[in-house]
Amino acid sequence: MNANAPIRNTQAESDLIDRYDAAKSALAGSVAVSALRDSALGQIKDKGLPHRRVEEYKYSDLRAFMKSAAPLATAADSAAVKGVLEASETFGDLDRFKIVVANGSFVAELSDIDALAAEGVSVSNLADALSGDEGAQLLKSPKTGPNDGLVALNTAFVQGGVVVTVADGAEVSKPLELVQLATATGAQVVRNKITVGKSAKLRVLESFSGDTGYGEINTVFDYDVADNAHVAATRLITGKTESARLLTTIATLGAEAEFKSLGFIAGPQFVRNQQFINFTGENSEAKIYGVSMAGGRDLADQTLIVDHAVPHCNSREFFKTVLDGEARGVYQGRINVAPHAQKTDGEMMTQALLLSETAEMANKPELEIFADDVLCAHGATSGQIDEDLLFYLRARGIPEDEATTLLVLAFLSEAIEEYGEDDVTEGLEQRVRDWLAGH
Amino acid sequence: MLEIKNLHARIAEDETEILRGIDLTVNAGEVHAIMGPNGSGKSTLSYILAGKDDYEVTEGEILFNGENMLDMEPDERAAAGMFLAFQYPIEIPGVATMEFLKTAMNAQRKARGEDTLSIPDFMKRVKEAAAHLNVSMDMLKRPLNVGFSGGEKKRAEILQMSLLEPKLCVLDETDSGLDIDALRIVSDGVNKLRGPDRAMVVITHYQRLLDHIVPDVVHVLSKGKIVKTGDKDLALELEKNGYADIINAAA
Ligand SMILES: Nc1ncnc2c1ncn2[C@@H]1O[C@H](COP(=O)(O)OP(=O)(O)O)[C@@H](O)[C@H]1O
Ligand SMILES: [Mg+2]
Repeated sequence: MNANAPIRNTQAESDLIDRYDAAKSALAGSVAVSALRDSALGQIKDKGLPHRRVEEYKYSDLRAFMKSAAPLATAADSAAVKGVLEASETFGDLDRFKIVVANGSFVAELSDIDALAAEGVSVSNLADALSGDEGAQLLKSPKTGPNDGLVALNTAFVQGGVVVTVADGAEVSKPLELVQLATATGAQVVRNKITVGKSAKLRVLESFSGDTGYGEINTVFDYDVADNAHVAATRLITGKTESARLLTTIATLGAEAEFKSLGFIAGPQFVRNQQFINFTGENSEAKIYGVSMAGGRDLADQTLIVDHAVPHCNSREFFKTVLDGEARGVYQGRINVAPHAQKTDGEMMTQALLLSETAEMANKPELEIFADDVLCAHGATSGQIDEDLLFYLRARGIPEDEATTLLVLAFLSEAIEEYGEDDVTEGLEQRVRDWLAGH
Repeated sequence: MLEIKNLHARIAEDETEILRGIDLTVNAGEVHAIMGPNGSGKSTLSYILAGKDDYEVTEGEILFNGENMLDMEPDERAAAGMFLAFQYPIEIPGVATMEFLKTAMNAQRKARGEDTLSIPDFMKRVKEAAAHLNVSMDMLKRPLNVGFSGGEKKRAEILQMSLLEPKLCVLDETDSGLDIDALRIVSDGVNKLRGPDRAMVVITHYQRLLDHIVPDVVHVLSKGKIVKTGDKDLALELEKNGYADIINAAA
């Protein structure tokens, strides 16, 4: 097959092309934004949805998974949004600010705009910004994978989202939850641009809730972390949903900055959680964690590229996966070290626990190092529950399922605890127990 | 309490026969010692009592308080009062010792239809038992057995035994790796549990432990069979003359 020839579009791709024509006039944006959207759609037309012959999607064939594409979700009724928001159990009663995006669009009246303003955080509507002079700039992400298909899909269809800007020096007192919810079925295509000013501190909770019926979620979180700023982002990807969850983080770090994230996956049928971490200033640190649980025939894919383009930065990647049934787990992690990025310290570990004989894990840690004075390591393990440990616990009277829960929790907690955002730890561990009890 | 009749067992994986017809009856209130050279099958017997499925019973039966023990899952046996102090207690990273103790105690109580322990009640019991066995709070804060020295692991086993209050205690070489002081602490802990309703099977290589935990009956196990049974003097005799005479006489 000639890789350059346009492909024959699948049903889902045809749906997307039709969807684009129908939605185009309603999609926000300046002339320049429109041009970006057109070209992104062109990429989908020519190359199709990401599929297994594309190296980065070898194990996660979205093209094969998506049988059709739902129309975009339409504007939500405010009372309905409120209902879903109140019913959502994302982070329990953790004290936090909320910003709400419903059916793909920012809902100002349900967001804590004033309280956030008082903390030095400004929040505005991405859809408005797309129509402004700087609109195109918002969609021109710095660095992702080469022509990443998910980001292209996002650019073509992005409905809305938020632009969050944290002032220099602001230390936001409570976590900020970016709540993405839906009151009806339909695709949600969202982009959030989060700029964290110099020496500022922000903790973000990213959640998805509401109508989990037909309609994929494609959300890009684009973080700009200025010099000496600190960001921790906890992403909760849960719920027994049948449609794809396609999530992208782009993080660009200045000097002396820290970016931490935890991607927590439990439940959906098809999850791709991808992160592109770019160091642009020296002495910065990225700590990227993943906790994935999948059962049935589900797929949990954690993919990341950490780009050490400058010297003296550290990155740590620690991913844990638990699989049952015929589920598939994917970890693809690449650390790039540019020729002059000396004194880079990169440490990557991925570990999987298989609860069934039929579950499969694809572990692919990679180092691409072009500098000579660096410290980089990677490791990957995949195995079953240790029978001797299980027997020890059972010999003390702990029934098999409870003993398994203890061991799985111990396994996953290593990553949750190293991530170290203590106020979410307990809630996440409870989610592990719930998943084990009911997946 | 425990009746083992003509027990034959092999390793499930490669069918190597390890136990070749063991008969052993232990009544409530009694302490039996099992001695024997390395590789004679002592640990295998203890694992089979606890329910490890690496072994396959090919003949014979085990009754525990009249019930067919081989039909019970390991956790059911524990709830019914079986406890094995392991020869090599394993480390369980990520499982906090206190969490483990609470889960185990409450799981057994639940299986027996009893109420779960309140946190203060649980704490009180742990603190008391830990004090007797010289187990520090620092040890209890660590993941189960992780980084414990050999002696600490053995003391932790006896701590678990004290808290779980089993009916049948099987101690597999609990004395190995203990210095004299630790041996006394552990033996005192074990002796405290001696009582008319409880039976003990103490597996050991050395007479030394039996000075502290004085047995009612001593058995010698060789090549998967009990070749001699006697009173506590048998242990002294073994200490003096070694196993060779007895084993050769039995062969
Ligand atoms: N799971 C096992 N796999 C292979 N060999 C075993 C296993 N368990 C016990 N054995 C073998 O069975 C024999 C008895 O072992 P064991 O019961 O540990 O003896 P003891 O405790 O009396 O020293 C030894 O030869 C030992 O190597
Ligand atoms: Mg042994």
